[in-house]
Amino acid sequence: MSINWFKYSSPQTFFPLAGRLALGFGALAVLACAAGLYLGFFVAPTDAQQGESYRIIFIHVPAAWMSMFLYVVMAFWAGLGLAFNTRLSGMMASAIAPTGALFTFIALWTGSLWGKPAWGTWWVWDARLTSELILLFLYFGFMALQAAIDDPRRADKAGALLALVGVVNVPIIYFSVKWWNTLHQGASVSLTKAPTMAATMLAGMLVMSFAFWFYSIAAVLLRARCIMLERERSSDWAAQYARGAA
Amino acid sequence: MVAALRCVIVRDLRLAARRSSDVMTVVLFFVIVVSLFPLGIGAEPKLLRTVAPGVLWVAALLASMLALGRMFAADHADGTLEQMMLGATPLGLVVAARVFAHWLVSGLPLVLISPVLALQFDLSQELLGVVVLSLALGTPVLSLIGAIGAALTLGLRGAGTLLSLLVLPLYVPVLIIGAGAAEAAASGLGGHAQLLLLGAMLIFAGAFAPWAAAVALRISVE
Repeated sequence: MSINWFKYSSPQTFFPLAGRLALGFGALAVLACAAGLYLGFFVAPTDAQQGESYRIIFIHVPAAWMSMFLYVVMAFWAGLGLAFNTRLSGMMASAIAPTGALFTFIALWTGSLWGKPAWGTWWVWDARLTSELILLFLYFGFMALQAAIDDPRRADKAGALLALVGVVNVPIIYFSVKWWNTLHQGASVSLTKAPTMAATMLAGMLVMSFAFWFYSIAAVLLRARCIMLERERSSDWAAQYARGAA
Repeated sequence: MVAALRCVIVRDLRLAARRSSDVMTVVLFFVIVVSLFPLGIGAEPKLLRTVAPGVLWVAALLASMLALGRMFAADHADGTLEQMMLGATPLGLVVAARVFAHWLVSGLPLVLISPVLALQFDLSQELLGVVVLSLALGTPVLSLIGAIGAALTLGLRGAGTLLSLLVLPLYVPVLIIGAGAAEAAASGLGGHAQLLLLGAMLIFAGAFAPWAAAVALRISVE
């Protein structure tokens, strides 16, 4: 028996699968979020220097991770779409962009909420803040370009090229900004050395980042379903679904 | 192939010469924006000396972005671009030649006039040299990156504002390193590292941006 690797590369077969996956990951996201927030707000100890205000990191750090990671995933789908000319890849890339922009905005917003008590200022022109801000602009550019093009195939390809150019640029932007000015504290979590925070804090943060992962998957799949329906509205299966849903 | 590329460059330069007001508009925009800064932030000489490289760089960046819209638009409208795509010369090379010609008429004039403007800001002689050199290395990078954006937004509604949204975030590294060159030279560190980095960016962008722009043109025209 041979496996059909391309079974789910057509919107018709992927649509129901995406629905089931979105439901599952959505439920997981709710559970992980509840567990993560409980750990973060009730179990994790108060920080010796920063008091309670540090607890924003349970939102801030996972959001910042997701914002960067989602851009890479978006570029991955975009590249796949350009290389193999698959319809679904472009839909996935445009479904990821708003979630990525949302997390970028959350990271910036919570960061400035934390910056006020910790640094005494809402905003500093520091390497990470600035490159996160530019990442937000990159997401906006991607979405604006896709919104300006009426033909969905051209929108997919043009967005794909922009995402790929952007992903090459992100490290360059990061290092140039870092070199320009830096004040942000060093990374608290890294794979190469032991974390400098309490185990419960780390656990809360990791659970929260899983929650954000699950949320992203669920939200992206739901959005992809809407895009699929919109683009394939003239096909039989979409008409059938619309009749069934009505 | 070399003959074809020379032909493209000569054609673009001749077209620009016939419509020289387009070139002048960009230069005048650059001059006016730079002159607005002392009016806005005050004419204190010490302050002006500090901000001069940054002001010159931001103004040059905006002026060269303003010129990007013209890079492919007219040829797209009258069908010349499609003929270029059908031609035997690889499109990436044609794009590279066009970007070079575009820089000669929209970037080089800014570089040449920048020393005069720098004098208005009371910049010292050696810093003046660094600023001009950094602009000479940096503005071609801006044209190369801009070509991708110009190709992507070809024939779209509101292409001008969209183009700025796409291109300005990608300009950030060039701006930081470019304006940083004069800053480092002013603080006594010497701007060599930044100038070398700008050169590296120019080589990198020169090698890859024309091909990306060529792909973008095919997407936009198909």
